[in-house]
Amino acid sequence: MSETPKTPAPAASGRASTKKELPEHFKGYKHVWVFVEQERGQAHSVSWELLGAGRKLADKLGVELAAVVLGPDNEATRAITGEAFCYGADLAYVVPDPVLTDYRNEAYTKAMTDLVNTYKPEILLLGATTLGRDLAGAVATTLLTGLTADCTELDVDADGSLAATRPTFGGSLLCTIYTLNYRPQMATVRPRVMPMPPRVEKPAGRVIEHKLDLAEADVITKILAFVPDRDSAKSNLAYANVVVAGGLGLGSPENFQLVRQLAGVLGAEYGCSRPLVQKGWVTSDRQIGQTGKTIRPKLYIAAGISGAIQHRVGVEGADYIVAINTDKNAPIFDFAHLAIVTDAIALLPALTEAFRNRLSPHSRDRLAS
Amino acid sequence: MHIVVCIKQVPDSAQIRVHPVTNTIMRQGVPTIINPYDLFAIEEALALRDKLGGEVTVLTMGPPSAEDSLRKALSFGVNRAVLLTDRFFAGADTLATTYALATAIRKIAEVYGAADIVFTGKQTIDGDTAQVGPGIAKRIGLLQLTYVSKIVSVDPESRSIEVERRSEGGVQVLRSRLPCLVTMLEGTNEIRRGSLDDALSAARATLVKWSAKDAGVEDIAKCGLRGSPTIVKKVFAPTARAKKADVIDFGTQAPAQAFVDELFKRQPNLEAELAALTRGY
Amino acid sequence: MLDEKFDAIVVGAGMAGNAAAFTLASRGLKVLQLERGESSGSKNVQGAILYADMLEKLIPNFREDAPLERHLVEQRFWMMDDKSHVGLHYRSEDFNEERPNRYTIIRAQFDKWFSSKVREAGAIVLCETTVTELVQDRFGKVIGVRTDRQNGQVHADVVVLAEGVNGLLGTRAHLREIPKPENVALAVKEMHFLPQETIESRFNLKGDEGVVIEAAGTISRGMTGMGFIYSNKESISLGIGCLVSDFQKGGETPYGLLERFKRHPSVAPLIEGSEVKEYAAHLIPEGGYKAIPQLYGDGWVVVGDAAQLNNAIHREGSNLAMTSGRLAAEAIFQIKSRRDLMTKENLALYKKMIDESFVMKDLKKYKDMPQLLHIQSQNFFLTYPQLVSKAMQNFVRVDGTPKGEKEKSTLRSFVSSRSWTGLFGDAFRLARAWR
Repeated sequence: MSETPKTPAPAASGRASTKKELPEHFKGYKHVWVFVEQERGQAHSVSWELLGAGRKLADKLGVELAAVVLGPDNEATRAITGEAFCYGADLAYVVPDPVLTDYRNEAYTKAMTDLVNTYKPEILLLGATTLGRDLAGAVATTLLTGLTADCTELDVDADGSLAATRPTFGGSLLCTIYTLNYRPQMATVRPRVMPMPPRVEKPAGRVIEHKLDLAEADVITKILAFVPDRDSAKSNLAYANVVVAGGLGLGSPENFQLVRQLAGVLGAEYGCSRPLVQKGWVTSDRQIGQTGKTIRPKLYIAAGISGAIQHRVGVEGADYIVAINTDKNAPIFDFAHLAIVTDAIALLPALTEAFRNRLSPHSRDRLAS
Repeated sequence: MHIVVCIKQVPDSAQIRVHPVTNTIMRQGVPTIINPYDLFAIEEALALRDKLGGEVTVLTMGPPSAEDSLRKALSFGVNRAVLLTDRFFAGADTLATTYALATAIRKIAEVYGAADIVFTGKQTIDGDTAQVGPGIAKRIGLLQLTYVSKIVSVDPESRSIEVERRSEGGVQVLRSRLPCLVTMLEGTNEIRRGSLDDALSAARATLVKWSAKDAGVEDIAKCGLRGSPTIVKKVFAPTARAKKADVIDFGTQAPAQAFVDELFKRQPNLEAELAALTRGY
Repeated sequence: MLDEKFDAIVVGAGMAGNAAAFTLASRGLKVLQLERGESSGSKNVQGAILYADMLEKLIPNFREDAPLERHLVEQRFWMMDDKSHVGLHYRSEDFNEERPNRYTIIRAQFDKWFSSKVREAGAIVLCETTVTELVQDRFGKVIGVRTDRQNGQVHADVVVLAEGVNGLLGTRAHLREIPKPENVALAVKEMHFLPQETIESRFNLKGDEGVVIEAAGTISRGMTGMGFIYSNKESISLGIGCLVSDFQKGGETPYGLLERFKRHPSVAPLIEGSEVKEYAAHLIPEGGYKAIPQLYGDGWVVVGDAAQLNNAIHREGSNLAMTSGRLAAEAIFQIKSRRDLMTKENLALYKKMIDESFVMKDLKKYKDMPQLLHIQSQNFFLTYPQLVSKAMQNFVRVDGTPKGEKEKSTLRSFVSSRSWTGLFGDAFRLARAWR
């Protein structure tokens, strides 16, 4: 993650007062809430990652960490609530209602805003998934409060304000954003940006059930069907242990094969930087970076990728980063661990061969599909 | 049908550079474009208009130069373009932006007819928050359908709309009601090339330009920097890690082999990990 | 087909096209300008130097709002061999005048400004619109164009072809031939970003002063070509180009030449620590006077690079382009004012005007240079630079050898390399071609 800034640019000017003048009615807002996202009985793991981040914030503030679970009134919802305690929640607010069986914006927005207006959290975190983003914007606008999206870092200042850091200007720089005079302070975080906290087996703690006053007849949007994705060649980038990726340095779409071949020999997932998706060389599910997937592998090999910050924030969590680039001034050399200045197009096939000889000289490789 | 599409003119972020010394954004010379995600919204709107008849109005909130994007939108064949521009809008975060846009959409309804569908792009390439669409929907009281991969059908008479929406692990098929707000997923269509007459009328068109007052903004304090609950306090370049990458120069050795050896020398656990991974196949 | 008809259609929004469209529109004609790129200038590549005199004839007070980088106060000519350069520098306070004579510009930004002036003058400018074909009536007269947009045919009294050096319209309609490889150079360029202070200290500049370096010698590996280094406000443009025919013969690539140029000990320190932002390649007409095609016909004229109006010896192209565009427009305006038709006979006025201008006069003067340089390329770009470098070093190095002896050995090296006949022949041919 980014360290303390060396030479910050001048702060955004024009704001008459950056002092905190928290209106009286917000002063009673306390505690950190994390929205536990679930669909069809499965919790999204970003919720646990957020509980980990939320735990740190709550400890710093000296307040409680609460999980918010919205869903049908059934065993799955109860199980998910139980899991939340294992990942660090002190209490859970649960709204169990058949109207919440499948995600619909109207119902979930009402449930969340009711909870917020009743129990008044100071911080509310959601995962930046399609569901989370659909919900967060509606909730923030209903509550007329501030929302910071796709944060890469969350912290609290000495005065207790949430400092949410995210890339800006298309990813070229980072900025830290505050919601000083409104509550709750809302933020979304993409999956895999925050580390997964340890799971500690624990009995369920304090659960506060809230009644949702919404009839099915009053929810206009209806779900007609859910069509699951056929599994096929879906990428598992976010959870892969080894990732090989290629960027514009590869020169042409044909050369992307070299990335896939190396990935095949390493048993790795393959991905690419944003420009390759924009050019149509690779499908968007393979994009690594701020607006693509965030990865946390043990080994990441970047071939022909310059390492601009929108890519950097997607890979900084990797344990060991190896960079191959012809430009010794490329930004990727600032945060890679090991690097070689050479043409990736020439090196990749040789590396594939070298790894093959070293790792599995007798077995056939799986060509990443 | 009347369809309103909200677009944004953004700097082509692929070309943004950070000044090597001052760490500020060098905006000079960076071309501006229509936010690429908005193009899918425009095309979807035009396709619906072709099928069901009616008009498409494009709206943007921006500086006077945002006119370029509106003319580009006109060249695709949209019927009308509205520029919402006022110094009071400067510095707006998403909440203040949605306040201004929602007000303008209400004004558009007054003058040109209510919108049956409001499209916005999924997100912008300079903000990437994806918050403006949902925010507009909430403020105007539109039903919200985001991450739409396909509009299955729209029936203006019965006021119903059926869409396919991307969800985790699959696609939701939803039925909802007009008026509604829709954000389209990327790659769902391809923006058309306007005909020569469309291009010509776009070049000649007089744009509708509204200030905050013209648009009927009631509370100017809700616009711009003043109306923004979030504030940017620090902008900075990420510092280089204390230790930059170790750049290996293999001299005349075969670099690939030497590289692999070096890697495993530094990270011995990695070799065992990789061997285990590959052994499975 | 469009119902609407225009007085003139200008194909292309580079220097020549913008000059033509601007002049036509300023004179009150109904002009449609069609550019295939995303915006005016997006398909143009140039060093670039702006010649104020020629632009003043179009927009006298351009300095008020045109995006200009640095005004030039110093010109350096370098004859280079692999490790050295022999330079002829001229710098003068005179160039720090109120209305400077030459500036460096960045085409992408300048062209956008120029195009906005064209629009302000009243022309309709459509970008992302490629003209695919000239429309001719059954007598062969050009009456309009067809574009790649739907409903894309539009008619006009005259079409101004400002389509660039490898524009296909004129060639497809057999109005001119495809340029031969020995009449076109392929040049590559990069923009290197450096802080303003660094540029100023490295080139000894203050404020907005600028320097231009034009280099020739072994950097083109015996091929006919030249390199350049221009100072912009916060960047350096540098590049190198050679004749396409030479590239085809040898094994060199333009990018390889550029890399070697950048690493040359005289060049490397100038760009040390820079960030390369842009890389571009472009074709440049090099045939000179002898390669100029038919410039006009029934319902059409050709201007700028498409007409091979480029003075390679002086590296002047954009000013010839601007001027040819302006003169073509003036000729068209005169014909229109007397309500006459755009026939070949009438459009000959354009040729008359351009013949009387510096454009043709300069090109005529140097008409033999391209061929001379090409045929003698090994001598001019390899042998002489090496000889001159050795001679200079001999002259400059103080090593106890008596000066008389040094001069004799220098002369001997020249003679043994080129022989007396060769030396005199070269001098004679050069003088004659220059005259």
